Parts: sequence; structure tokens; C-alpha cells
Amino acid sequence: MWVAVKGWLASDGQADRVVPPTGFTANLTVFASAAMAFLAVFALALSLAAGRLADRWAEELARSATLRISAPAEQMATQTEAALRVLRQTPGVASARALSQEEQAALLAPWFGAELPLDQLPVPQLIEVIETAQGYDTAGLRLRLSAEVPGAVLDDHTRWRRPLVEAADSLRRLGLLSILLITGAMAAMITLAANAALAANGQVIEVLRLVGGQDRFIARAFVRRFTLRALIGGCVGMALGVLGMALLPQSADQGGFLTGLSFQGAGWLFPLAIPALGAAVAFAATRYAAGRVLKGLS
Amino acid sequence: MIELENVAYSYGGGELLSDISVRLQPGSFHFLTGPSGAGKTTLLKLCYGALLPTAGVLRLFETDLRGLDRDQVALMRRRIGVVHQDCRFLDHLPLADNVALPLMVSGREVAQEAANLAELLAWVGLTNRADARPPELSGGERQRAALARALIMSPDVILADEPTGNVDWEMSQRLLQLLVELNRMGKTVLIASHDLQLIRSAKTQVQARVLRISNRRLQLAGADL
Ligand SMILES: Nc1ncnc2c1ncn2[C@@H]1O[C@H](COP(=O)(O)OP(=O)(O)OP(=O)(O)O)[C@@H](O)[C@H]1O
Ligand SMILES: [Mg+2]
Repeated sequence: MWVAVKGWLASDGQADRVVPPTGFTANLTVFASAAMAFLAVFALALSLAAGRLADRWAEELARSATLRISAPAEQMATQTEAALRVLRQTPGVASARALSQEEQAALLAPWFGAELPLDQLPVPQLIEVIETAQGYDTAGLRLRLSAEVPGAVLDDHTRWRRPLVEAADSLRRLGLLSILLITGAMAAMITLAANAALAANGQVIEVLRLVGGQDRFIARAFVRRFTLRALIGGCVGMALGVLGMALLPQSADQGGFLTGLSFQGAGWLFPLAIPALGAAVAFAATRYAAGRVLKGLS
Repeated sequence: MIELENVAYSYGGGELLSDISVRLQPGSFHFLTGPSGAGKTTLLKLCYGALLPTAGVLRLFETDLRGLDRDQVALMRRRIGVVHQDCRFLDHLPLADNVALPLMVSGREVAQEAANLAELLAWVGLTNRADARPPELSGGERQRAALARALIMSPDVILADEPTGNVDWEMSQRLLQLLVELNRMGKTVLIASHDLQLIRSAKTQVQARVLRISNRRLQLAGADL
């Protein structure tokens, strides 16, 4: 593979020279490729970060809601029983389980130390509620609980995040769509530039044909040129984009979306695919343009 | 080598060439003459496959060009050396590269043919102009460079369109000598020219047939030429 690429780069220095150099348009192609790659880095980062956020929030969503029962000690057991019964009958509740004394102690330990005499304190009983994918009707459940278990308080603080998860998911999709659009714009731009170059070099192409040049050779001179320009531009733009990402303030806390926008871990390797993608797009677009133009010329 | 059978050609209007039949035998030397606009260049273009006959059959190296696609015609052209009336150089490349162009497009390594190239440039007397760009060359230098390019692939057939078009008598004699020399080496030569003086002088050096286009047809010119 590498040998083939090296051969292609070296031996076609010859093919490259037969088409006159064009400083200005060449620079434009490199610049546009760099800009596209730069944008692609951010679209990629956005998409990855939104994905991470969606995953994390979705995970938290899947976790239980909590039912807290505060009742005089003698009613605690009956109310807990009643609450569990209500929960089992509620559609959308996958399971409900009263936490044991030890579990509750463990939850409180960070605040009150491990030797808390839980049985002597009016600590509310906690019930872990795990909902199904559809979820339950919060208002309805609250109504029933207030009638049958006066001491119960339903704490479903994670539910408000559901629309956020959806938003994060859309954001991830938008990021991916942006990358697709950038790729398409890149293909269109290279096709236009290649078309212009082919049109401007009509005389050269004619001479090459007169001396026995085949379409393959003539196309290669252009394809190689635009692929290299896209690759160079892509590398520059990608490097600048990644640099920009690296300079974003990092915050270690589970923190906001903005500070978590940067790549993480192996994610730093993904941008490397951008120049390669750009070069591949340029290769295909120029091949396509050259094929069309060369077929059109007599 | 090149065989035309009842070939006709029209650019879209009336027929420019009609019912042309001729056969160029290997090693032969032909002149093609006729007034300006008679269709000499057109006939040569037919011979190297730049145009296809509108009627009749044209065979190049025993192959009917009509059945070939563009790339196959390109391969055919590598076997024919053409000196174009307007030379057709790439102005951004130095003369040596222009001469080597047929090697480049056929994927041959120019560096490996350097000796060949140098010898050819010396033969046409352009060694010290190798680095000049085509626009910097004189008319005679351009014509000699065009001849060199036509020869770089060692073709068996050489088609020259007004190779002495814009050079003085001495230079045209020199170019003629180069072509006669090639014919002595066994190459088939066809020269389109309206320069009767040149044709007369050629006939003293080589056995040449003179074809004349007149009234759209090809005739063998008489002994007066
Ligand atoms: N591409 C073309 N389209 C239409 N007409 C053309 C084309 N090329 C040449 N002609 C016409 O065909 C006729 C013959 O042209 P051609 O170049 O073959 O003449 P020629 O004999 O080589 O003339 P000259 O001695 O001036 O070079 C001319 O009238 C010319 O205007
Ligand atoms: Mg002519």
C-alpha cells in the first residue's frame, strides 16, 4: 500500500509537470480545504461531546427514583408495605425495593460517620424505584401515594433530564450531519476547482492527446494535484482545529457542556481521519470531474 | 502503413475531401501539396486519427480507426511522429521537456532516455537551446524542435505539416535533409507542403511521389514536379 502510494507520488512528478502550475487557484484550494478541516474538527468535537453527555444523562435517567417515607416509627413498616404495594401496581415501574438498614447507613456514612445508630434515629425509609423505558405517570402515582401512604414523598429529580438527553442526542446528530455537509461542500468545491482547471488547460490537454496521452495519464496530472492540495490544506486546518481544542479551558469536574467540549482520550485520534477523508474526497471529485471533461473534449 | 479507401471528409458543410484512395508503403516518401485551404492539414489529421473519415475506410498499421476508443487511438499515435503546422508546444515547459513529452505521457522514465534525448537534440542542432521555453525560440528552432519531438518515440511513420512553413530557404533545406536522412533509415515520410521549390529540390535527393489535392480529390502530380 505504502509502496504504491510512494510510487504514485514519485513517478507522477512527471505527470504533474505537464500541467502548468497555477499559484493562485492552488492556494485557494489549499485554503478552502484547511477551512473545511478546521470546521470539521469542531463538528466532530461537538458530536463526540454531545454523545458523551447524552450517554451520561441517559445512564442517570435509568437510575432509580427515590420514594422517601417519613412516618412515626410504629407506622414505618406498614407504610413501607403499602408504598411497595402501590408501586408494584403502578404501570411503568419495573421494580421497587426498600433499602435495608445497612444500605441506608452506607448512604449516610459520608455525612454522619459509620457508627450512626440508625435504629434510634427517625431516619426516613428509602425505597428505590426503577422505572421501565416508558416510565410511569408521576402525577397519578403522587395522587395515589398521598391517599394511601401519607408519609411518602416521591423524589424523581432525574426525570427533568429526559428532554435534555433528547437535546444532546439531536446535538450529536447535528454534529454528524455537519460533518457530512462539510464533506459534501468540500466535494463540490474541489469539483468546481478541478472543472475550472481542466477548462483552463484545454490547450494543454489537446497537446497531450496529440502526443499520445491517454485519459488516465491526463486525469492523473490533475487528480494528483488536487489530492495533494486537499491533503495539505486538511492537515493544516486539522492541526489548527486541534490546537484550538487543546487550548480550550479544561475543567476536571463533571461539569458543563462547554468545558467538556474538548476531545477525550482516544478521541484525540479521530481528527487524524479528517485530512485523509478530505484527500479521499478530492481524489474522487477530481477523478469524476476529469472523467466528465475528458469525455466531453472530442 | 497508412491506407485510405474512398475516404471522404466534411467539417459539416459540403465535402472538403472526396473519394480519396491512397496507400503509403513502408519506407516511401510522399509529398502532399495543393493550394491553401485545399485540405492538406485535414488529410493529415485523418491519418493520425484526430479526425474520423465521414465516409470510406482508413487503416493505420492494418487497423481500422473507427473501431478504436480514445485511449486506443492514443496508443496508435505513439507509433506515428507528427510535426504539426503550428508545432503545438507546452509553453511552460523547456524545449527539452517538450521534446520528451511523448515519453512522459507514455509513462516512460525520461531520465532513462536522457542519452537518446541528447542525441536527438544534437542531431537537430538544438543542444544549446534545451533549456529555452518555446516562446523564446525562432521559427526554425521551433520547427526543428517539433521534428525532434516527432522522432523521440522512434516511430515508423513521420507526418510533417508544412515543416518549412516559416523558415528561410537555407533552414528549409536543412530540415528537408533531416527528413531525407530519416527516410534513408527506413522511415515512411509524408510531408504536406505548398512549397514547390522545396519539392523539386527534394526530388533530386530522394525518390518521392507527389500527391496533389485539387477539387477535393487526390491526384498523383506529373513529372513537372
Ligand atoms: N475545425 C474546422 N472546422 C471547420 N472548418 C475547418 C476546420 N479546420 C479547417 N477547416 C476548413 O477546412 C478547409 C481546409 O483546411 P486545412 O487546414 O485542411 O487546409 P490546408 O490545405 O492545410 O491549408 P494551408 O495550406 O493553409 O495549411 C479550410 O477551408 C478550413 O477553413
Ligand atoms: Mg495546413
